[in-house]
Amino acid sequence: MQAETYNYKVVRQFSVMTIVWGVVGILVGVIIAAQLVWPALNFDLPWLHFGRLRPLHTNAVIFAFGGSALFATSYYIVQRTCQVRLFASGLASFTFWGWNLVIVLAAVTLPLGLTSGKEYAELEWPIDILIAVVWVSYAIVFFGTIVKRRVKHIYVANWFFGAFILTVAVLHIVNSAALPVSLTKSYSAYAGTTDAMVQWWYGHNAVGFFLTAGFLGMMYYFIPKQANRPVYSYRLSVVHFWTLISLYMWAGPHHLHYTALPDWAQSLGMVFSLMLLAPSWGGMINGIMTLSGAWHKLRTDPILKFMVVSLSFYGMSTFEGPMMSIKTVNALSHYTDWTIGHVHSGALGWVGFITMGSMYFLIPKLFGKKEMYSLKLIDLHLWVATIGIVLYIVSMWIAGVMQGLMWQELEADGTLANSFVQSLERMYPYYTVRLLGGVLYLVGMLIMVYNVWKTIAGPSTEPVEQQVQPA
Amino acid sequence: MSGNWSLYIIILTVVNILGCFWIIRWTAKKKTAEEAKQGDTTGHTWDGDLQEFNNPLPRWWLWLFYITIVFAGIYLALYPGLGDYAGKWEWDQESQYKQEMAAADKKYGPLYAAYAEKPIEQLAKDKKAMASGQRLFLNYCATCHGSDAGGAIGFPNLSDKDWLYGGSGDQIKTSILDGRVGAMPALGAGLTPERLDAITAYVLKLSGREADAKQVEVGKAVYSELACFACHGQDGKGNATNGFPNLTDNVWLYGGSPGQIKETLQKGRMGNMPAHREFLGEQKAHLLAAYVYSLSN
Repeated sequence: MQAETYNYKVVRQFSVMTIVWGVVGILVGVIIAAQLVWPALNFDLPWLHFGRLRPLHTNAVIFAFGGSALFATSYYIVQRTCQVRLFASGLASFTFWGWNLVIVLAAVTLPLGLTSGKEYAELEWPIDILIAVVWVSYAIVFFGTIVKRRVKHIYVANWFFGAFILTVAVLHIVNSAALPVSLTKSYSAYAGTTDAMVQWWYGHNAVGFFLTAGFLGMMYYFIPKQANRPVYSYRLSVVHFWTLISLYMWAGPHHLHYTALPDWAQSLGMVFSLMLLAPSWGGMINGIMTLSGAWHKLRTDPILKFMVVSLSFYGMSTFEGPMMSIKTVNALSHYTDWTIGHVHSGALGWVGFITMGSMYFLIPKLFGKKEMYSLKLIDLHLWVATIGIVLYIVSMWIAGVMQGLMWQELEADGTLANSFVQSLERMYPYYTVRLLGGVLYLVGMLIMVYNVWKTIAGPSTEPVEQQVQPA
Repeated sequence: MSGNWSLYIIILTVVNILGCFWIIRWTAKKKTAEEAKQGDTTGHTWDGDLQEFNNPLPRWWLWLFYITIVFAGIYLALYPGLGDYAGKWEWDQESQYKQEMAAADKKYGPLYAAYAEKPIEQLAKDKKAMASGQRLFLNYCATCHGSDAGGAIGFPNLSDKDWLYGGSGDQIKTSILDGRVGAMPALGAGLTPERLDAITAYVLKLSGREADAKQVEVGKAVYSELACFACHGQDGKGNATNGFPNLTDNVWLYGGSPGQIKETLQKGRMGNMPAHREFLGEQKAHLLAAYVYSLSN
């Protein structure tokens, strides 16, 4: 009898697409950042308009880049930590082709202006149904693997992946409920303030579960593996897991401060967001402290650097988030570019870097190589991208605070001192710096493409360790 | 909200917060001699070498958690949050808004009251008042009419001498206070392509432009047949007090190219200037009217 092997095919497919969609998503981001500096760059073509490319950018980076990374790493981790081959290989293969079909459909329909108008859930109902089918298949593959595991205990990374998969299914199905009127047009099942609340319940939990819990799953596997150290604290992982997932559920209303949303819901959104600070930092502490006793590795290991810098950005943006949810702060920050900067310190710093670190770990193993083609290029990627992020978020801090102050400034007669356009004019230098930051981040990604290409194309020196580990 | 919903919210909120508190206490206290020793792993191994220590929770982190929970408790006691309970301070955003507006009215009201005393045409010459008026315009009007009041397709130019609803100070003020609705009916269903071309030619001719004489002839008949004169007049000069556009002056709200005119005829147009009475009040509308008046006088 042949020995059981892990299913690496689907992991390889998703890993390669992570890199491909990463380049595409970031490139679209750079284009729209350039449009904010030079509006003529939409060439008066409707499908290149900022309003259509912006959802393409968010969908591409969150669901195409981030999603592929989550599929790849969760499939890899769940097999290896359950010490059993992935459940239902055919279904796993379907999730790969189905998910990529969703992405291609998004890339076609969004520039055509076909949108349900819900932020981070713009895709129209037929694509939404396809997403739901793919996602349920994903859940079957993942939880099926957990069920047939050969080890007694479920590894902490899988708790986070499991919570992410279950919750995203619920979020997607509830928020996307709509009445179709044609193949390409539907109306939300909810109206008015309720619709806004459902939308942000979805929207903030997409941050909490898609962009946080899922990537914490990555963190909990690749950091201890790369550092070759045990996870810092089991009990910390228990307490921060349960508090994180229960508190995140309430945080959505902080997107709707001082709106038609009832006061009580706004207050709950705020206090639960504040209570999220400690659970979020719990994850950061557990990741960083895993390195205690191995700090010296940070000097020489660029992959570990990626992971630790990502946790630093995670800690920073999960401090910033609760602060911004305080109503008094929000009165200044809401609707300004501060929010954009906040999102990107999480997205570029945390989600992007933990993904890149994980991919640098994963790709040589998947393709039977000893290590990446060039460690120097990984280091270069790290520095170029880090400078890019810093330029991005610092320019958006300044821009956002300036906007907030300008919009509130009053003349002696009680009229607003500045019109919107006047505040926009002042944004040019900061939007230019932001563009530069984005370009650097893209350059970093291209360095990664080259490095990955050379790694995969190079001679295979090692056997792929695909044998299932006996329990 | 009904009593049951309120109770439901309160229970969920309190259970979640207490649940967090309980799990912190539970994990923080769990100190069997065997487990609590720093550096000991839990004894489980995954994937060859993955293990976990079971270090105690960092004390500063625990305090951070407790402080946010205590803050949440205090906040929910003082402010609305727990279902129907209004909070000890009975704060709500609507009252805050009203208070701030009342304070602003008290502070700035006399200035606008004084402006409102002056006739619009006279106020338009007051430089200080016009500086205020411009700022109001930039914040409330420029979105549609443009920073220079030059308008755009579908949004009237306010800096020229052409007026749909009259350009006297009072007429402008009425437009601001009560809004205007300008509806051109869609005629597409009753027009063959030939007749559409013909009436387009006639409208072009009315505004003094070149058009095929034969088509103009047919178009004139269609103009009568469709009773266009009921609004735009026999001579096409419209009716300035009712907002029916003059077709002979070559000023076009929705564009004057043959294609744009055809679209207007076929699909109709719906212009809507929103009313600002509730929002701005008489006195600010008075000042704004003076500013708009000053742009063309």
